[in-house]
Amino acid sequence: MMPRTLYDKLWDRHLVSQREGEPALLYIDLHLIHEVTSPQAFAGLRERRVSVRRPGLTVATLDHSLPTHDRALPIADAVAAKQIALLRANAEAFGIPLHAPGSGRQGIVHVIGPELGLTQPGMTVVCGDSHTATHGAFGALAFGIGTSEVEMVLATQCLLQRKSKNLKVEVSGRLQDGVTAKDLILALIAKLGVGGGTGSVLEYTGEAIRALDMEARMTLCNMSIEAGARAGLIAPDDTTFQYLRGRPFAPRGAAWDAAVADWRALVSDDGASYEGSVHLDGGAVEPMITFGTNPAQAVPVTGSIPAVSEIAAPEREAFLKALAYMGLEPGKPMLGRPVQAVFIGSCTNGRLSDLRAAASVLRGRRVKAGVRTLVVPGSEAVRKQAEAEGLDEVFRAAGAEWREPGCSMCIAMNGDELAPGQTCVSTSNRNFEGRQGRGSRTLLASPLTAAAAAIAGAVADARRIP
Amino acid sequence: MKPFEPFDSTLAILPFDHVDTDQIIPARFLKTTTREGLGAHCFADWRESPDFVLNRPESRDAQVLVAGENFGCGSSREHAPWALLDAGFRAVIARSFGEIFRQNAQKNALLPIEVDEATHRRLVEAPVGATVRVSLEGLRLPGGGVTAFPLDPFRRACLSKGVDEIGFVLEQEDAIAAFEARRSRAFDTRAEA
Repeated sequence: MMPRTLYDKLWDRHLVSQREGEPALLYIDLHLIHEVTSPQAFAGLRERRVSVRRPGLTVATLDHSLPTHDRALPIADAVAAKQIALLRANAEAFGIPLHAPGSGRQGIVHVIGPELGLTQPGMTVVCGDSHTATHGAFGALAFGIGTSEVEMVLATQCLLQRKSKNLKVEVSGRLQDGVTAKDLILALIAKLGVGGGTGSVLEYTGEAIRALDMEARMTLCNMSIEAGARAGLIAPDDTTFQYLRGRPFAPRGAAWDAAVADWRALVSDDGASYEGSVHLDGGAVEPMITFGTNPAQAVPVTGSIPAVSEIAAPEREAFLKALAYMGLEPGKPMLGRPVQAVFIGSCTNGRLSDLRAAASVLRGRRVKAGVRTLVVPGSEAVRKQAEAEGLDEVFRAAGAEWREPGCSMCIAMNGDELAPGQTCVSTSNRNFEGRQGRGSRTLLASPLTAAAAAIAGAVADARRIP
Repeated sequence: MKPFEPFDSTLAILPFDHVDTDQIIPARFLKTTTREGLGAHCFADWRESPDFVLNRPESRDAQVLVAGENFGCGSSREHAPWALLDAGFRAVIARSFGEIFRQNAQKNALLPIEVDEATHRRLVEAPVGATVRVSLEGLRLPGGGVTAFPLDPFRRACLSKGVDEIGFVLEQEDAIAAFEARRSRAFDTRAEA
């Protein structure tokens, strides 16, 4: 048999049919849904009088539109309230389990999937959300889909797909102390470009990747889409199995042993061929921060915004447009740039290890007066564990707000947003114009860098805070 | 879905690369539970500026939007093609597209047309009021000449006949049931292991 990549193996395992001249029909093992991209899909099912084919392969939660404070009160935004009520009604009507607020299991869809052991190696995982790439950290083929495809999966448990290109991303060495998976992915996107991965599935390999824990691997895979890639993949290993063991929906007993034996085959074969490869020296990666309006516009925290002469001619107009929007100038250092807000959370960096990292910087220190600092755990389980460890007290004592779980100021559709012109160091995944509210300016960085910025009231290096 | 019909249109030129889905339809408008009515909010933030290209009279009746590299990068929100369609667009011509946007657009018969640099330049530099003819077979350029563009043959067939893809897959029930029968899996989101 020809040597196959991990992507080839995942593809082959889910191939329902491949008819001449048509895209492949691919089976979906886990379909995650949330309130924003599902209402029109359920409406479509009703119009065609079709049921949900496999409610037991579908799971719902509320995250995007949900307020992150005063959860006991009715939702003030009537439009959001209607959207949330509709997901509850649809889940009920079609027999889909919903992890609602107060259940102990609500959270950002990409945080709860892994946390509950729903996401498993070898699966195909889809969701009407581009950051579904997160689940690729488990060696699952996971990608975002639009609402028409959400309807397709609800109705058929399948998708019509053409196979993507497969790129190998090899990261050698070890990340330095104070350098995180977020810095690594920002450095990779800067290298690949914001469209460099378009049409591709990225497989992350190498010593630096093997050394990452599961939460760091999720951060890495999460932002694959920001280089345009459809999905990110990491072959499962003992780190993966240790993470999953004992989680509510992970197999148990003999089924667990059989599953692990099967999962161990989910590695790219020696000699398997890729359409391209990229290499990065993990040991050379610095803490990173974005300066522009797409995630590829990033530099080391201690570095400077490029000079115009360093930008290729076709990119200059976009570069200057981005800097004009951000209120920044070419060639100037990032350290010391004033910020008015800090956001710690999201499907990229809203897990326990992220909160621990932020707390390690904020412990015994104070957020600079006037810097609004929001800490939003990724799930109810993350929130509970953080509180058990006293992290909430660290955040509150420092002057930060400790919130209920949700997408919050990553997408700013639940009322958590910046005022026009405000600059925020954010642990989220997108720095597009207006992403955190109309006229908002976003600097993407790790939880360590975000916490350091909260203390300094400016872009700061977490390795050198007083 | 109705079969895709060829049409003639003037052009609205948006001369930027990496136009993301947050610009096409900002997230605050995603709380809707229907597909309709998003056109009023298409490019909402950019439209606040009076000299934004889509506010100019020459763009008013354009059904074809011309942009640069990587149009529609970012999120998977299908609200982006819904908003463009509701704002009157039926095709987007660009140097390249974000992948999920491209698929979402095709499923809604908003035709994504990828062109090379020379063709792109010709369109961007075409005189005000110049028209193109859009069909699934090719793009007739202002001043003459037809250029082909990449379109998956299956999608082309679906668009030309107005095929409902979900109906198409529902007809493959036997293959899906056979696949399910081959796998024995205890996994169920409704019951812990």
